[in-house]
Amino acid sequence: MYDIARYEEARTVDEAVALLAANPNARIIAGGTDVLIRIREGHQPSAELVGIRHIEELSKIELRSDGTLSIGAAATFSRISKHSLITHLVPALGEAVETVGGPQIRRVATIGGNVCNGATSADSASTLFAFDTVLQIQGPEGVRLVPIREIYRGPGKVHLGQAEVLTAILISPENYNGFGGHYIKYAMRKAMDIATLGCSVNCKVGTGNIVEKARLAFGVAAPTPIRCPGAEALVEGKPFSAALVDDFGKAAAAEINPRTSWRASREFRLHLAEELSKQALVRAFIKAGGKVQ
Amino acid sequence: MEIVGRSITRVDAVAKVKGTAKYVDDHFVPGMLHAKAFRSTIANGWVKSIDVSKAKVLPGVVAVITYEDVPTHTFPTAGHPYSKDPSHQDVADRNLLTRRVRYVGDEIAAVIAVDELTAEKARQLINVEYEEYAPVLTAEAALQPGIPEIHAGTGNVLGRGGYEVGDMAEAVAESDHTFVDEFSTQVVAHCAMENYSAYAYMEENGRIVVVSSTQIPHICRRIVGQALGIPWGRVRVIKPYIGGGFGGKQDTVVEPLVAFLTTKVHGRPVKMELSREESFISSRVRHPFQFRIETGVTKDGTLSFRNLEAISLNGGYASHGQSIANNCGTKFRQQYRQKAIKYSCKTLYTNMPAAGAMRGYGVPQAMFVMESHLDDIARALDMDPVEIRLKNIPETGHKDPLNGIVALSNGLKECLVKGKELIRWDEKKAAQANQTGTKRRGLGVACFNYASGTHPVGLEVAGARIVMNEDGSVQLQVGATEIGQGSDTVFSQMVAETIGIPLSMVHILSEQDTDISPVDLGSYASRQTYITGMAVRKAAEEIKAKVLEYAWGMTDIPAQVMDIVDGWIVYKHNGEKITPLIEIALDAHTDVVHAKPFTADVTNNARVNALAFGCTFVEVEVDILTGKVEILEIYNIHDSGTIVNPTLAEGQVHGGVSMGLGYALYEQMLFDPKTGKPLIHNLLDYKLMTALDTPEIGAHFVNTFEPTGPYGAKALGEPPAITPAPAIRNAILDATGVKFNDLPMTPQRLIAKFQAEGLI
Amino acid sequence: MTSTISGRTQKITCTINGEAVTMDVDIRESLLDVLRNRLYLTGTKKGCGVGECGACTVLIDGEAYDSCLFLAVWADGKHIRTIEGEAKEGQLSEVQEAFVESGAVQCGYCIPGFVLSVTALKEQNCHCDRESLKKELSGHMCRCTGYQNIIKAAEKVLTEDK
Ligand SMILES: Cc1cc2nc3c(=O)[nH]c(=O)nc-3n(C[C@H](O)[C@H](O)[C@H](O)COP(=O)(O)OP(=O)(O)OC[C@H]3O[C@@H](n4cnc5c(N)ncnc54)[C@H](O)[C@@H]3O)c2cc1C
Ligand code: FES
Ligand code: FES
Repeated sequence: MYDIARYEEARTVDEAVALLAANPNARIIAGGTDVLIRIREGHQPSAELVGIRHIEELSKIELRSDGTLSIGAAATFSRISKHSLITHLVPALGEAVETVGGPQIRRVATIGGNVCNGATSADSASTLFAFDTVLQIQGPEGVRLVPIREIYRGPGKVHLGQAEVLTAILISPENYNGFGGHYIKYAMRKAMDIATLGCSVNCKVGTGNIVEKARLAFGVAAPTPIRCPGAEALVEGKPFSAALVDDFGKAAAAEINPRTSWRASREFRLHLAEELSKQALVRAFIKAGGKVQ
Repeated sequence: MEIVGRSITRVDAVAKVKGTAKYVDDHFVPGMLHAKAFRSTIANGWVKSIDVSKAKVLPGVVAVITYEDVPTHTFPTAGHPYSKDPSHQDVADRNLLTRRVRYVGDEIAAVIAVDELTAEKARQLINVEYEEYAPVLTAEAALQPGIPEIHAGTGNVLGRGGYEVGDMAEAVAESDHTFVDEFSTQVVAHCAMENYSAYAYMEENGRIVVVSSTQIPHICRRIVGQALGIPWGRVRVIKPYIGGGFGGKQDTVVEPLVAFLTTKVHGRPVKMELSREESFISSRVRHPFQFRIETGVTKDGTLSFRNLEAISLNGGYASHGQSIANNCGTKFRQQYRQKAIKYSCKTLYTNMPAAGAMRGYGVPQAMFVMESHLDDIARALDMDPVEIRLKNIPETGHKDPLNGIVALSNGLKECLVKGKELIRWDEKKAAQANQTGTKRRGLGVACFNYASGTHPVGLEVAGARIVMNEDGSVQLQVGATEIGQGSDTVFSQMVAETIGIPLSMVHILSEQDTDISPVDLGSYASRQTYITGMAVRKAAEEIKAKVLEYAWGMTDIPAQVMDIVDGWIVYKHNGEKITPLIEIALDAHTDVVHAKPFTADVTNNARVNALAFGCTFVEVEVDILTGKVEILEIYNIHDSGTIVNPTLAEGQVHGGVSMGLGYALYEQMLFDPKTGKPLIHNLLDYKLMTALDTPEIGAHFVNTFEPTGPYGAKALGEPPAITPAPAIRNAILDATGVKFNDLPMTPQRLIAKFQAEGLI
Repeated sequence: MTSTISGRTQKITCTINGEAVTMDVDIRESLLDVLRNRLYLTGTKKGCGVGECGACTVLIDGEAYDSCLFLAVWADGKHIRTIEGEAKEGQLSEVQEAFVESGAVQCGYCIPGFVLSVTALKEQNCHCDRESLKKELSGHMCRCTGYQNIIKAAEKVLTEDK
């Protein structure tokens, strides 16, 4: 039994915002795979919850007329990874969220929950960073759009008002068209594990087999997910080569500042960052249509 | 043999796939109360004061019991038979609740409430003030003079042991090379999928009934009696289906406390179900060991002497304590021949969870050091790792100089030969020479020996009772517990085989109840098939003899010329049917003059032991850039005597090997070095392998017959878990040339050492 | 029964093993709590309570979920299947049969969950190869079997389907 004092189910986003606004103690529960764990650990005593998992508009995955891909915040990972818009337009995201937990978890866990939970290890986060995702947030004051990079405040903390609901995750066409992407989750197990390091690379190939665009993002390399603009700039516009890949890896490792924790040492994470960014670049480049060797 | 040796479907499979098998938590007693322990948040210290007033008044709380309310005497918890000899008794160092806290999770108080959530909330309302000491987490810290002792008067030394056999000076003089090295192993947890759980209530006559997920109901009864300071016969222990034990439940973890708690609420039923987190931090773990090993060999790779020093860290309470380090030394000795051998060990108290029995009982540790070290020696001598083992393994008939166990059957050589073949050792060794890529393959091997039960160290009493029904079918009762390993099925097979009836006519009672079940020590030490099997066989033989004797009276055919085959009384010499067994059984139940239903109630004190042997062969691929080790092929080859049920036996090997793989590469419990707080206490952080992480496991057996065992059988339950770790360690060495002497071999450790040694 | 400390309740209507059920559930309860403690469907096991072990797996609208992390109020309108509903008229389901025959069962604690996940795969006509099958079952932990005979049992039913 969970220590829940109040549970209200919202059927629309407006209703969710209203319920939250009416009760400052109320917190959102989507899939609950983070919230219920927290409650069980006693971190949210006498929890007052507003459920959003049955809000239809929140689980929609659709293409807007301007080509923007919109993923409802309450879409579950299992739906996302199988959805044809995802597999066609942003396959790297589908692959990334397939690495979350196990099948049962992916059936309930939502992408919005993954982001709003604020964990640096969130498996969708580095890929969303690499896609320059924009978050659509609705609150009592209306709707606002925020680049994903600006939402994180620190470990487990996001810039989100108590009565605000993340409604959609938006990826615009200039950020997915022509891109190939690859996510590597480095963990101890092949399933049911939290990333030791997550590494996502999106890239675009230009004529002459050049790396026209590169986007590199890490999870667990810092207290929040991060991008590595230095490494990206280093390779952009340059012809693909093994040496370039090596430089990319080195630049990536130089750009991050991971911590030593009992889960992994700083040195190990640095080594992984270099290695994984190289591997992810090669894979992303191939997926983007580039030639390797 | 007709039924023994066949892959009969387990007798409990249907109940388990239908979900009707009832485990402890599946029993609902009206009015059940729920207890939660209030656990220490510091590793080492005293409770200066405790305030339970807020918890007491929370609606739904029935009672709050603290260390002030429990008996002052201490009791032991280990699942060993009781000994009248005080020097052989388990260390009694526990109180039901404690003021002196010895690890994070130690039980200070307990809340009893109408439901679990209320108990949990009340637990959070208890306030304590501690006097805190620095946590003792290492051997060095434990032996530092002048620090507060974890248990007064011990100097933090729980036990010492060792032996020396042979002329060491001579053996040293004869050696051409001496090798010295150090090794260490980690803390791991059993992770039975069913957590620790028990409930207790009192009968009107004042007896206490404990229903528990225990491997050892009879021993548990005695320990509960000791803990509460009441006559042992006033306790009754019932064991329903168990969701795995692996040695963790060869201990009394929740039973004494829950039995005590029911007495505090006038005998109302009280349940204490540990959460997964509690099961991790507050039950039992496997001992971490530190080793220093020294080995002398002659030029040709013959071992001349071996010398092992071991330090075992036991955590805050004794549990199985020194016995584990002793067993480590025994199996170390029994593995190879040499001129002289020495072992010295000590077991220390630390401020960590109590270490107890876990699948292999000190031997996974022993074989990790021995078998890793032996590979290093082979490498230095440029010898093949299999060759050096074949040269030094004990011959059949070898008698241990200290415990007197004779290896009457010994298929270790056959195991090694078979393993070599299975993995295509020579072919791959040749192909894998001089690799330079980033993914490198290697082969590894490691051997083990194990015993079938604990004789002569421990008592080996086992009981079996058989009652024949009117239709010739029988009820079989044993005191030994089915915990998943398949013993109920194997016993049923033995009974069917011995009496001569189809398996469908054997009904085994899977639940043990100390008021009803024959006396047996329980499920541990890989003893069931061998030890309890002896009792089962004797009981079945007794029934058969009684049936034939009775049939003689009915048919005038002498008992000695008759046999029972497939439910028929037949002539022994030609199998000709005489009369169906049912006729005899019915008559024995109903004849107004001669009726005497057939029953047998046998207790057997097995004063023998038999050594089981085997080895692991493994091929790995090491990614030197990511530190990941992929198992390409793995085979465990066992000499366990007659395999009573091949499918069940393979299942033991699969599970044991996967546990061994986890030990090698994934599993560990970590503690904050400053506070002693466990950092890993759930299944997300504790890396139990998933299906995706588990390779195909090859389970193989060689044909031997153990003359002392029932139908030629000997131990199998624990052995599969022993050698995967050293075999993998040796395969990584083979692949990369880098030695890993500390478990587990995690990617981070691999990468650090690859960097240090210039591989990357 | 003991009067437990009750929380707020909500009425839900769902089917459980094919039977329509309307009941008031406590908002604090997980589906696992309701199945086990109120309906005594104890074949659904609890190994962790936090979504890590899969012992509590049930089928909700034909898909495998961890019932420990599923609030009972969410079950409203759902079709729920537990292990108790799988054997029909005393006859084991094909999946159960395969588990029995393949020696997939040891202590049995993880087994109901596995049986249900495999059942869902079978009903969805999953023709996955061994690697994908292992992935599909990776949300279940088993300490006894090394998964080997469980995979064997699953492959047996999933290939016989083809
Ligand atoms: C066993 C297990 C394994 C896991 N493995 C992984 C893993 O491998 N990788 C990984 O990344 N995560 C993992 N997780 C964590 C978790 O599943 C994910 O973070 C998941 O995406 C959370 O989604 P949810 O819908 O369950 O969130 P919830 O628990 O419902 O919510 C999470 C947080 O976000 C807030 N929130 C949710 N939705 C919204 C919204 N629309 N607007 C505003 N705030 C919102 C909630 O208030 C809460 O603070 C695991 C969890 C478990 C229990
Ligand atoms: S009990 Fe639900 S996943 Fe473990
Ligand atoms: S059979 Fe015991 S946990 Fe799977």
